[in-house]
Amino acid sequence: MSAPVALSPQEYKTDEHPIWCPGCGDFGVLDSLYKALAGLKVHPRDLVVVSGIGCSGRTPGFIKSYGFHSLHGRVLPVALGVRLANPALTVIGVGGDGDGFAIGGGHIPHAARRNIDMAYIIMDNSTYGLTKGQCSPTSPTGLQTGSTPYGNIEQPLNPLAMVISYGATFVGQGYSGKPRELSDLLTQAIEHKGFAFVNVISPCITFYNTYKVIPPRLAEVPKDHDPSNRAKAFELALEREKTLLGIFYKTAMPTFEDGVSQVIARAQAASPPRLEAIFAEFG
Amino acid sequence: MIDYVFRVGGEGGEGVISTGEMLTVVLARSGYEIYTFRTYPAEIKGGHANYQVRAAGKLLLSSGYPVDVLLAFNEEAYHKHINDMRKPGGVVIFDSDSYTPRQDPDLIYYGVPLSSIATEKIGVKLTKNIVALGVCAELFEIPAEMFEGLLKDKFGRKGEAVVQKNLQALQIGREYIKGQPKRDPIRMGKGPRETKELVLSGNEALSLGAIAAGLRIYAGYPITPASDIMEFLAKELPKYGGFVIQTEDEISAVGTVLGASFAGKKAMTATSGPGFSLMTEMMGLAVAAELPSVIVNVQRVGPSTGMPTKTEQGDLYLACYGGHGNCPRIVMALTSVEDCFYGIMRAFNIAEQFQMPVVVLSDASLGHRKATVPVFDINRVPVLERRKPTPEELVNYKRYRFTADHVSPMSVPGVEGGGYVCEGLEHDETGYPAASNHENHLRATKKRYGKFGQVEAIANDLARAYGEPHPEVGIIGWGSTEGVIREAVQMALDKGYSVGALHPKILYPQPLAKLSEFIKGTKAIIIPEVNYSGQFATALRKRFAYDFIQLNKCIGLPFTPKEIFDKIEEVVINVRTGRTVAARI
Repeated sequence: MSAPVALSPQEYKTDEHPIWCPGCGDFGVLDSLYKALAGLKVHPRDLVVVSGIGCSGRTPGFIKSYGFHSLHGRVLPVALGVRLANPALTVIGVGGDGDGFAIGGGHIPHAARRNIDMAYIIMDNSTYGLTKGQCSPTSPTGLQTGSTPYGNIEQPLNPLAMVISYGATFVGQGYSGKPRELSDLLTQAIEHKGFAFVNVISPCITFYNTYKVIPPRLAEVPKDHDPSNRAKAFELALEREKTLLGIFYKTAMPTFEDGVSQVIARAQAASPPRLEAIFAEFG
Repeated sequence: MIDYVFRVGGEGGEGVISTGEMLTVVLARSGYEIYTFRTYPAEIKGGHANYQVRAAGKLLLSSGYPVDVLLAFNEEAYHKHINDMRKPGGVVIFDSDSYTPRQDPDLIYYGVPLSSIATEKIGVKLTKNIVALGVCAELFEIPAEMFEGLLKDKFGRKGEAVVQKNLQALQIGREYIKGQPKRDPIRMGKGPRETKELVLSGNEALSLGAIAAGLRIYAGYPITPASDIMEFLAKELPKYGGFVIQTEDEISAVGTVLGASFAGKKAMTATSGPGFSLMTEMMGLAVAAELPSVIVNVQRVGPSTGMPTKTEQGDLYLACYGGHGNCPRIVMALTSVEDCFYGIMRAFNIAEQFQMPVVVLSDASLGHRKATVPVFDINRVPVLERRKPTPEELVNYKRYRFTADHVSPMSVPGVEGGGYVCEGLEHDETGYPAASNHENHLRATKKRYGKFGQVEAIANDLARAYGEPHPEVGIIGWGSTEGVIREAVQMALDKGYSVGALHPKILYPQPLAKLSEFIKGTKAIIIPEVNYSGQFATALRKRFAYDFIQLNKCIGLPFTPKEIFDKIEEVVINVRTGRTVAARI
């Protein structure tokens, strides 16, 4: 971790004004993130925010940091490269449900099982906002959208159950309309040593307004839940009646970066880095 | 002067390749220059494999033809290669336990019961390869101590018992053949070279060059014929504090490379055709975001899965033009095993200097062939780094500042005041998205293309010329055909033809000054390419109003010097007699 810095949440704001629609859930996520960063005293120069494409993709521009607005679905490979190059940096990946679970879905299992030390925040609005409202991997069955005019015939995927089964070491869910709880959750995710996944339900006011539907469904993860119990976490993730908020799963495992430094130590103990020595093997 | 071609053929997975490699190292250590060629089946076990070693007391530029010595482990190997033999005088050593051929009076045959010697006298079936090497050592007077030394190096790690078994196999092979009269004239002895040289493949040389250039992060996905680059670096990079990651696919591999480059490390990926196709979108991001990056493509036969173990120069279009939008990147092609080392060093330098992706084209024939090369001089190509912002430039820092040379100072995370968003959206000087600013898009595009001027100057410097500088008939080649073209040009010069060749190393942007100068005054130009459509010829036609003659070979194998020489001769005659020339073989 880098040198801490005392900044107010407001001081993480840049001059760039978010392009999001007034009322977009992503404002709540961004505010909670400012608060979490301020609480953790993360120095902007040592912070890297990586995004993909979608409404969420513009997030790096709104946070004082080094940002990387990459390609649709490719948050995790880029974040991995940053972590490999400089493990002293705090790396936060942000994406949407289309970016993360559709086009980029193939990267999540590998980021999770590697246990890359980063936080990965999905702003899940169950629609493709930037392309004006097509069906997404988390859209409910039956939903009529531009791409499903007769109703969505597919099952939505369950992000939490999926990521728990992939072996992520921190899995939580938040709601953009509950900023205090959300900034707590994001704080713990950023602090977590390993791959921390947070699914944030962040409604799209323009194309799939769920502001009335979601709040009555919300409940907290039971107070007595033991987050180290993976089977129980999985069970909670499968809950259909309620949308649970909080930490589902959390465990301590060696990180990818731990593994990298061990490999480097072993290789360096075995032989010094001399090209001439390698040349000798080709005689 | 000694110049012999040895070929080993047999069942894939039974040690054909390692027998060839051992012969290679022994002949190199004995003081000969080496040029190998290998083919192997796409299957893991079974199928036919062969390995060819050319050894001579002079610089070698091609794999050589015809075959002087064939070591055939089975009937298939015999039939596959017998028509490539030198006649008269070629030597065939065959496993008489497997098959006894009907003898051609122009060839010299030695039958050895390799399999039964291995199973009955040594007790290990696969030592038949070593028995065969013992036969070669004795018959061709290859210094025995070289074989013994190699067996100790190769099997020492497996313990003394294994070393002894192999030494015993070598000895039994020698003893067996001593009992037969020598009927061929091949006597190797020690070669003329006294100094130590390296014996290594193109992929190995490339891996070493990347380390010398400062590579620290390698990300890749297994694919033939590029995987051995990843495996080599996986062992060596951690010694430098670097790391190799095997990603979940090739998209992730380049993504990881770009993330690492953004964070300040030199990073690379290597792949082959199918993986390279997947990388094109990321290549566009590297162009837009101006990220130094090196993407190696060890080309194989396409399209689609194609012929994974066979060679082709079929990805030049994709390398130069793949991806959407106006997307300037740099494309280099490696020309020889030695060039794999120095060429990849230059690729890193150019990537860093101009903050662009550099695509480096190799191919299966170059990546997997071994050659003797002088020990690399790591100081020959000075290592360059990207431009960093000065303290003044960090005040109101502009990552994509418009500069006279179109290169902007690049900050890295951790630097105070250097924060910016590395952006794939069109952006202004600060990196701020400018997706609706029409004038800015033109200016930003000009900035990215503007770097080409300086790269073109480097391309002109790097292009190499052979033969007559102002020939009647010119050859323009690229990539791994350099050696065969050089050899063919020499054959043509020896016949008194006015012939010369130009071999650019940077293909995009093209070395226009060098090309114009070369083309001027020629009566005909041949462009040999190991592909069907003539991709470089097509690219040159867009720049030069010239009726280039294509020479295309598209059977998954590299050219032989004779194929190119024959074309040169045909064109020379046609030019002299004023006849039109055939465009394609």
